[in-house]
Amino acid sequence: MKLKSALLAASALVSVTATAAHADEITIATVNNSDMIIMQELSSQWEEQTGHTIDWVVLEENVLRQRVTTDIATGSGSFDIITIGAYEAPIWGAQDWLVALDDLGDAYDYDDIFEPVRNGLSADGTLFAVPFYAESSFTFYRTDLFEAAGIAPPTEQITYEDFAEIAAQLHDPDNGIFGTCQRGKAGWGENMAFVGPMVNAFGGQWFDMDWNPTIDSPEWHAAITYYVDLMNNYGPPGASANGHNENRALFADGRCATWVDATSAAGYIYNPDESSVADTTGFFQAPMQVTDKGTGWFWAWALAIPTSSQNVDVAKEFLAWSTSADYVTLVGETKGWVAAPPGTRQSTYDNPAYTEAAPFADTVLNSILAANPADATLNPVPYTGVQFVAIPEFQGIGNYVGQQIAAALAGQQSVDEALANSQAFAEREMTRAGYIE
Amino acid sequence: MARAVTNRRKAINTTIGWTIGLLMFFPILWILILSFKSEVDAIRGPLEVLSADWTLESYAAVQARSDYFKHFLNSVTIAVGSTFLGLLVAIPAAWAMAFVPGKQTKNVLMWMLSTKMLPPVGVLIPIYLIFRDVGLLDTRLGLVIVLMLINLPIIIWMLYTYFREIPGEILEAARMDGASLRDEVLYVLTPMAIPGMASTVLLNIILAWNEAFWTLNLTAAKAAPLTAFIASYSSPEGLFYAKLSAASVMAIAPILIMGWFSQKQLVRGLTFGAVK
Repeated sequence: MKLKSALLAASALVSVTATAAHADEITIATVNNSDMIIMQELSSQWEEQTGHTIDWVVLEENVLRQRVTTDIATGSGSFDIITIGAYEAPIWGAQDWLVALDDLGDAYDYDDIFEPVRNGLSADGTLFAVPFYAESSFTFYRTDLFEAAGIAPPTEQITYEDFAEIAAQLHDPDNGIFGTCQRGKAGWGENMAFVGPMVNAFGGQWFDMDWNPTIDSPEWHAAITYYVDLMNNYGPPGASANGHNENRALFADGRCATWVDATSAAGYIYNPDESSVADTTGFFQAPMQVTDKGTGWFWAWALAIPTSSQNVDVAKEFLAWSTSADYVTLVGETKGWVAAPPGTRQSTYDNPAYTEAAPFADTVLNSILAANPADATLNPVPYTGVQFVAIPEFQGIGNYVGQQIAAALAGQQSVDEALANSQAFAEREMTRAGYIE
Repeated sequence: MARAVTNRRKAINTTIGWTIGLLMFFPILWILILSFKSEVDAIRGPLEVLSADWTLESYAAVQARSDYFKHFLNSVTIAVGSTFLGLLVAIPAAWAMAFVPGKQTKNVLMWMLSTKMLPPVGVLIPIYLIFRDVGLLDTRLGLVIVLMLINLPIIIWMLYTYFREIPGEILEAARMDGASLRDEVLYVLTPMAIPGMASTVLLNIILAWNEAFWTLNLTAAKAAPLTAFIASYSSPEGLFYAKLSAASVMAIAPILIMGWFSQKQLVRGLTFGAVK
């Protein structure tokens, strides 16, 4: 009897050890935004299903970039999955820093992912990151203010000139309403995310076909002069300190008549718990000017596996789960459909439960499908990207130009000075990087 | 008449002192206030923030989402560990420099201090590679070592200053009474330098507790201390001030309380010998 018990215990121990051997631990580095927090909460279901466990590292966006870059560049393998944006994915993929993700299986249904999103996360035709959610930009406007002023909501894409006229009509600072709120805080992902598509609309571009910077061109002058005038005349005071979050709060608080920003903010603005204008907000396309190309930006938060990861197979398993159509359904059913990750899959927009809960769905979809990072400027350019240029040097140049424009907006220097400084900086950086002599 | 001037000067000095003190404390006070407000209220104007309802929802959210105790334990281990490891190295070094100075002692001290002037990011990659190769990435031991090395110049300098205040004759007397070097350091020098050592320990625990560059860059999930806990509440999208403030209050509370209770020792140690 004792022998039998001992054998049973031994076999139980062996089976436990065998199960444990298959259970791996992966580390995921991510940012703190609502979609990622939901993923963190729901991932316990994946852990239960597979027996694997997840260690989460949540960091501020810029810290995450620096941390992950160091880790990948040194091949340290601290992370198995990283959260990256549409800017990094093609650059890091081309540098062989990321594992190709073309083999997540038939059930993953790659064709369901929107083509611009897939292209934005690929390098040389290979997918290096899978989209968690994607966004473009469009105009949020206050239906009640438009109605009171007798302005018909645009059904076609309007020009920035028309837009300024609308802002002028609705600007009523005495009653705490500003004609328009736009990003002014310096940064390639802040004010330049708005300025970039606006420059595209005015016919400008970052570089010519020989990679010479063209920031002091007449198109840039026209665009930035327009931007500074618009904000000074019809924007909130201290606009050069306002980024996405500040404007989002201002709009939700009923202080802005118009706001051109991320489509992904629509779910927040439509949530009556967080927004006082949930019932009185409408949407139309971001304005155009001399061209309609590249007028709405393209951005995606995506998940990727660094080549330094020691758990590529398990990491792929998690990616196939967390970016699948089933995951979107899981979020919709557990957290409410308006919280479902937007902008990545056709199946989300085919789902009546989603389109009913998110009345902005069609406008978002059209904006994302219209954003083409490969053809975003009036004249031909050697780069891809709508609001950014997909080269490693852009981050530094974009931040510097953002600072110069923010200084012009704050009245610390003229638009001419801002653009002359920006041009000189970009020339120096591009020469240093070997693009030009 | 003379007394009136003194009193007026006293009043002015007191007012200036309180104003500067309150200005320095204001950011912490504001963080404390924001941590008890809802996210929507936290971004309003100062007067609206103050009149908004008080709530514990940010603390509840932070508690639900993060493992505070794990980060706290990592912070304690790293701060205390690095400080005491630093003392082990610094006491003999400071003893040698204070009581048996050589020709190069001053230069060595200056050189040690100069290492503090190097921007940490300048040595990030070499240290990262060394840590990777010896398996110290994302370990508490790794952070204990690196923070000890970073704070070592300050520990040595502080101890050197305190030791220099102790008359060498006392140590000589101990030696004449037959005390060995070990006895001299342990039973004569250390008890006399206790106030100085206490303030050194406290200051270094505070420095190590607040250190954010290395603790963020050399950790991932396992050894991350409270600095990483705070960093995880900054967000690229959406409102986060209230939760970030709650996380900050939870992170600084232990060290604030410790500083409050030990302020006498801290000030006594820092001004040791200053009024001699």
